[in-house]
Amino acid sequence: MYDDRLVIAGREFKSRLWVGTGKYKDFAETKKAIEVSGADVVTVAVRRVNITDRSKENLLDYIDPKKYVILPNTAGCYTVEDAVRYARLARAAGVSDLVKLEVLGDEKTLFPDTAGLIEAAKILIKEGFIVLPYTNDDPIVAKKLVDIGCPAVMPLAAPIGSGLGIRNPYNLKIIMETVKVPIVVDAGVGTASDAALAMEYGADAVLMNTAIAGAQDPIAMAEAMKYAVQAGRLAYKAGRIPRKLYATASSPIEGML
Amino acid sequence: MADAIQVQVNGEPRGLRTGTTIGDLLRELAITTERVAVELNLEILDRKDFDRRNLQEGDRVEILSFIGGGAKTIRNKGRGR
Repeated sequence: MYDDRLVIAGREFKSRLWVGTGKYKDFAETKKAIEVSGADVVTVAVRRVNITDRSKENLLDYIDPKKYVILPNTAGCYTVEDAVRYARLARAAGVSDLVKLEVLGDEKTLFPDTAGLIEAAKILIKEGFIVLPYTNDDPIVAKKLVDIGCPAVMPLAAPIGSGLGIRNPYNLKIIMETVKVPIVVDAGVGTASDAALAMEYGADAVLMNTAIAGAQDPIAMAEAMKYAVQAGRLAYKAGRIPRKLYATASSPIEGML
Repeated sequence: MADAIQVQVNGEPRGLRTGTTIGDLLRELAITTERVAVELNLEILDRKDFDRRNLQEGDRVEILSFIGGGAKTIRNKGRGR
């Protein structure tokens, strides 16, 4: 494949598939799935260390932070205060200013609270964070996030963990046309064709967790997603033919008897 | 342990010697300092200050690190579905 690297906030990424690290059977499976997926960005959550049972292994024993870009998220945060607190903790625990900012609005849908998201993003950007916001498929909110200094936006395809695929392709296309920063389609992918479609529409990357970790064979699905994202990207770059209602012959008429 | 103090570590009560630092506590818990964030009474500490900050009676310490999580980490509220 020709060189086609993704650059966000001056950082170069090899893979356009980003993966989460939750919901796997164990760390060995997490590690294997991520290796097979070819992803170089992995998202992690920040939680209390288990101090009563220190035998528990650490995720970073399996996911080498020198090999992968560790992207901490603020998953589980429903208020601006919580999201900002977790982002600061993530920076203190890690090595970079990168954060995937989530401010959730509702436990049933896990849709982003976009007003809270913008508010939290403003605070964190002022503190020097590189904020990658998990947002709704709303072009106006996406534009606002870029205007306040987000170097990429991460609109959802469908609710987190739903596997519904791209619910609103037209909104995503409008975001891709109007927003001049990389778009990472985040959440809602169910299978390989969903990821390929997102890339064909012009997404710069796709982030997923459940679609891989929740598959019956996560390792095989990780591989499928790798190819889907590559194929979708190549098809986007190649430029598809226009859709037409009627047939166009592929073989010449000339020379026929 | 005559000069013992009581603190809260990740929500659990814990008795410590007077003069215990954050660094001492992490070593006692066998926690690698490079991979954690420590919040002392809601103030996030700089790693280089771990050995300088003494714990006081009633302090609330939170020790956090990265765990698996992606597009789908839901806060555990112990709520059934």
